[in-house]
Amino acid sequence: MINFQYARAHDVADAVRLMAADPAAKFIAGGTNLIDLMKEDVERPSRLIDISRLPLKTVEQTPGGGVRIGAVVPNSDLAYHPLIAQRYPMPAAAIIAGASAQLRNMASTGGNLIQRTRCYYFCDIATPCNKRAPGSGCSAIKGMNRTHAILGASEACIATHPSDMCVALAALDAKVHVTGPSGERTIAFADFHRLPEDTPQRDTNLQPNEIVTAVELPPQGFAANYTYLKLRDRLSYAFALVSIAAALELDGRTIKEARLALGGVAHKPWRNTAAEATLRGQTADPAAFIHAADVLLRDAKGYEHNSFKIELARRGIVRALTQAAQGTPQSQSNKKVV
Amino acid sequence: MQQTSTPQAVALAHERGKVGLPTPDKIPVTLTVNGVATQLEVPPWTTLLDALRDHLDLTGTKKGCDHGQCGACTVLVDGRRINSCMTLAVMQDGGRVTTIEGLATDGALHPLQQAFIDHDAFQCGYCTPGQICSAAGLIAEGKAKTADEIRELMSGNICRCGAYPNIVAAIQQAMGQS
Repeated sequence: MINFQYARAHDVADAVRLMAADPAAKFIAGGTNLIDLMKEDVERPSRLIDISRLPLKTVEQTPGGGVRIGAVVPNSDLAYHPLIAQRYPMPAAAIIAGASAQLRNMASTGGNLIQRTRCYYFCDIATPCNKRAPGSGCSAIKGMNRTHAILGASEACIATHPSDMCVALAALDAKVHVTGPSGERTIAFADFHRLPEDTPQRDTNLQPNEIVTAVELPPQGFAANYTYLKLRDRLSYAFALVSIAAALELDGRTIKEARLALGGVAHKPWRNTAAEATLRGQTADPAAFIHAADVLLRDAKGYEHNSFKIELARRGIVRALTQAAQGTPQSQSNKKVV
Repeated sequence: MQQTSTPQAVALAHERGKVGLPTPDKIPVTLTVNGVATQLEVPPWTTLLDALRDHLDLTGTKKGCDHGQCGACTVLVDGRRINSCMTLAVMQDGGRVTTIEGLATDGALHPLQQAFIDHDAFQCGYCTPGQICSAAGLIAEGKAKTADEIRELMSGNICRCGAYPNIVAAIQQAMGQS
């Protein structure tokens, strides 16, 4: 790990000021991804600006009927918060599906959004990687790419975004509140993360001098008909090969509203509004679910070791929509998929 | 801790020497460790794990992977279980840290320590301090009721000897007592 300076921010303005003064600095909250990458020399900040004590630790209802989550609320506190557990069980389930209890106790809400890919080559400074060293090439495209993207990838990068929580937040149409030197702004969740295109070094549309201050959930939580189904190589404490956040609003057996987002398949949480649109007005049955899966995966492209993900995703989507329609969300402790 | 086996890593180490990166001053840190108020002065890059082991000689907490993947370094800070390898000592300034050395009271084993002995919940023992601290956190959280839930919420602690069934049994015994 590189030697670095340390500063503790006392409020958001202080954090923004400290960052503006040192462009090679990094914010640290939970540290569960950043410290790991610093130990690998992937991240080499001149200074860490500790934002873990900022007054951004509350989960509260908004006047509009939604919920505002402070950026340094730990993942575990968020998942078990009564407002989230009862009204937004899909992100709660997604959080519990990720990492371990210890890491969830440390990792922050904002940090979950801006964590980096776990692509083996990104994490290994001995190998070329366009995300880590722009222009050096992608080692994964013709390398070990079993865990890599099947949607929205580019010649420059086929890495995936590792978050579970973000998949559920994408499905719910959350908003991200950020603050920079020129003030506050709000970014729609769909616009927060980027596709790799020819600039995979940029994971998000957050500017380098901006800080995430909160995530806002809209009023509709889909608490009755949802699931978070995570498919992986072992039953716990592993990143998704494919994960599915599915939520339905039903009128009898007719789908009034549908949300569908995938994890483990793209450079960003992959919400597909065209697939959702095919479900609206339809009867909640396997034919409709299969059609939605086909639409979502129409442009899917596999590489040498990950083509299996396309069929895994297709079956996972159908299973997840079935679980959501039946009101039987996937248990995150008994992993039997029913 | 530095890997210098690859050409890139060697070049990086060389570059550091040339640039002469500034060495920040040590930072004073106050921790209450196993009930004892403790003053430290550490460089900012000192992890909580290294502070415990190398500065306070509390070597019960183990360094396994040093990347937050194995759970051997699990300790409790302000009652919450965390991976001490993935946080900096300076970030925990003012915190109350409990390690495996702090669980027994007045010479009596903590119920989890006794339960791990009763159920033979280890072979080599290297993961055990982390398993026990993690289990103490799990019991305090109160989210695990069934064996499935214990398994899921203990999945951050790897046991390469494979003592998992006995670990679950030991935790169930301790939960029954608490």
